[in-house]
Amino acid sequence: MIAAILSGDHQLFHELIRPYERSVYRMALSLLKNEAEAEDAAQEAFLKAYRNLARFRSEARFSTWLITIVLNEARSRLRRSQSALTDSIDDGREDPVAPAQLTDWREIPSQSLERSEIRTLLRRALLALPLAYREVFILRELEERSVDETAEALGITQASVKMRLHRARLKLQKQLAPQLKSAVRAPRRRFSWF
Amino acid sequence: MVLNCRHVWDQISGYLDNTLDAAMRADVENHLAHCEICSAVLDSTRNILILTADDRVFELPLGYSERLHARLAEAILKGPPPEVKGSS
Repeated sequence: MIAAILSGDHQLFHELIRPYERSVYRMALSLLKNEAEAEDAAQEAFLKAYRNLARFRSEARFSTWLITIVLNEARSRLRRSQSALTDSIDDGREDPVAPAQLTDWREIPSQSLERSEIRTLLRRALLALPLAYREVFILRELEERSVDETAEALGITQASVKMRLHRARLKLQKQLAPQLKSAVRAPRRRFSWF
Repeated sequence: MVLNCRHVWDQISGYLDNTLDAAMRADVENHLAHCEICSAVLDSTRNILILTADDRVFELPLGYSERLHARLAEAILKGPPPEVKGSS
């Protein structure tokens, strides 16, 4: 399809990027934490992909290339607006993250995501992760990229990907497990005196 | 090897990703079999990963796709992608 676009069928670009609309927006939002800015960054990333399409090397995956473009776009916006990129993470440092220690866990079904407060809890916890953990978590867990692809997109080692993902998971568990447990199992207060 | 809880927490990701070697996996499972806390840590982590990966957590803004394609259409009308030049 890319060859066809470069040979003159430019409208095909619309179809080329359709499967990646959500990923690119989600990546931008996870970095920028602002919906309007994330949308603008996502649009800019797709425009850059169009303008630079001839530079795309077919041995790379188009989706990984797009993710790299949106990461660069979001990071440059962060640099312009503040120093959010400075939350330094030392992957070699001992930084044990202790999980929330519960004695039981009853599965919270996906249907609970119909409730906006549950979605908000999850979104807030994700966006509160340090940037370096957030990037890895989004790529591995939400975008389902391999360790290799994640390392390549972020320019870090595979060992760092694994370490950051592990810490991100435990941090999320620590914050979310108690919150979800009480939010999902909270008794309905309405008419509780009957 | 007998693992304590902290050792097991260190292995949670490897356990979930199925990247532990057989001996370590067996040690973790032995611990999980009698430790309520670590079992709950494992189950809750697994559950939270499923929930956070759900598309409903980060919904697209209404009209996002239409606005994106309208902006792309403008760019496409302006001209084809440059052959090699161009900034990234």
